[in-house]
Amino acid sequence: MEVLELTSLVFGGSVLAGFLGALTGLGGGVVIVPMLALAFGIDMRYAIGASLVSVIATSSGAASAYVREGYANIRIGMLLEVATTVGALGGAILAPHVPTSALAIVFGVVLLYSAYASVSRKVRAGGPVAPNPRAVRWKLDGTLPGTDGPIPYHVTHLPGGFAVMFLAGLLSGLLGIGSGAVKVLAMDQIMRIPFKVSTTTSNFMIGVTAAASAGIYFGRGYIDPGLAMPVVLGVGVGALVGAKVLVHANVGPLRWAFAAVVAALAIEMIYSGSTGRL
Amino acid sequence: MSSGGWTDDQVEQTMGRLLRFGVILAGSVVLVGGVIYLAHHGHDVPDYAQFHSIPAPLRSLAGTLRGAAALQGPAIIQLGVLLLVATPVARVALSIFAFAQQRDRRYVLVTLFVLAVLVYSMVHGYRDQPPEDAVPPVSAEKSAE
Repeated sequence: MEVLELTSLVFGGSVLAGFLGALTGLGGGVVIVPMLALAFGIDMRYAIGASLVSVIATSSGAASAYVREGYANIRIGMLLEVATTVGALGGAILAPHVPTSALAIVFGVVLLYSAYASVSRKVRAGGPVAPNPRAVRWKLDGTLPGTDGPIPYHVTHLPGGFAVMFLAGLLSGLLGIGSGAVKVLAMDQIMRIPFKVSTTTSNFMIGVTAAASAGIYFGRGYIDPGLAMPVVLGVGVGALVGAKVLVHANVGPLRWAFAAVVAALAIEMIYSGSTGRL
Repeated sequence: MSSGGWTDDQVEQTMGRLLRFGVILAGSVVLVGGVIYLAHHGHDVPDYAQFHSIPAPLRSLAGTLRGAAALQGPAIIQLGVLLLVATPVARVALSIFAFAQQRDRRYVLVTLFVLAVLVYSMVHGYRDQPPEDAVPPVSAEKSAE
């Protein structure tokens, strides 16, 4: 296949990925790697390189909108980024020592979790969260915009959140994904942060986490310009349009459909990794 | 909410604008590089099935800048990608400044640490090091640009 043809197809696929990702909150990154590796037969390392870079694009683009709405908590994000960036560095350093088939399987498992997380809204057990002295010391508590004025919230279980954030970073560096689902898990479920704050702060953090492994990816030659170009541009355009449409669309059924597609891709990845095809 | 300097809200606004500017700038550079790349290499047949890493010049900052100055498509794309990666890094740097303005020493240190990790990744990673897991390229011409 010639460059022109490949570029056009990858661009088209990336636009779709970015669009659906923005619409459903799953991010474009989750389908970029399977799309490139499974549909185009591209080596996993080029695929994760291209995906990682596109993740930075969507995260920064989306974050620029979320931050201004006042939901994202900068201190929570920054403190937890200590864990995610170290994890990402570790993941990137680890990556060449992990066979691509294992990467594919891990990727599939993470994808399955992301798909599940995007359609399930676990109702959190337990009542309102009491202030946690450590969290207060680190100034993590905040408020979110409410109909009758700002609603305060408290943060708790900092060490647990830190540990899961490290894992999120590790996965990001290893697989070239944003790990948004894991980050939200850490904040929403473990640290008891309101969902909307968790998702927007996670979005805000994803770009920084990805940037931590990018330098290493560059040096190893995982990021091929010919591939990065259509992926970055495609996902960027798709996510932009998706974000605009999101305001007007009924996302419910679409989220389920996309989650089903992602789950199918996940199983395909696990299968291909297990049989050594990837 | 803050003891002096910028309010959290002002910080957030500026950060949002910085992020958006960075992404648009990076995207434009990638686009320009892409157009040049397609014009010169549109009919090449690439092999992405085997991982050969990428040509050595593009694996280092110096090589990328040289190539971009010479108006080579792939190098300009790579430069755009670099700008994209630089965007969240700039955001972190801005945070340091903002926390310093608010006299928040604790978070200045936290953010400095994050910045250090990012800088380490770029400095340590982005130099021409022979990739450990690459298959040697099939033909010598592939590495020349």
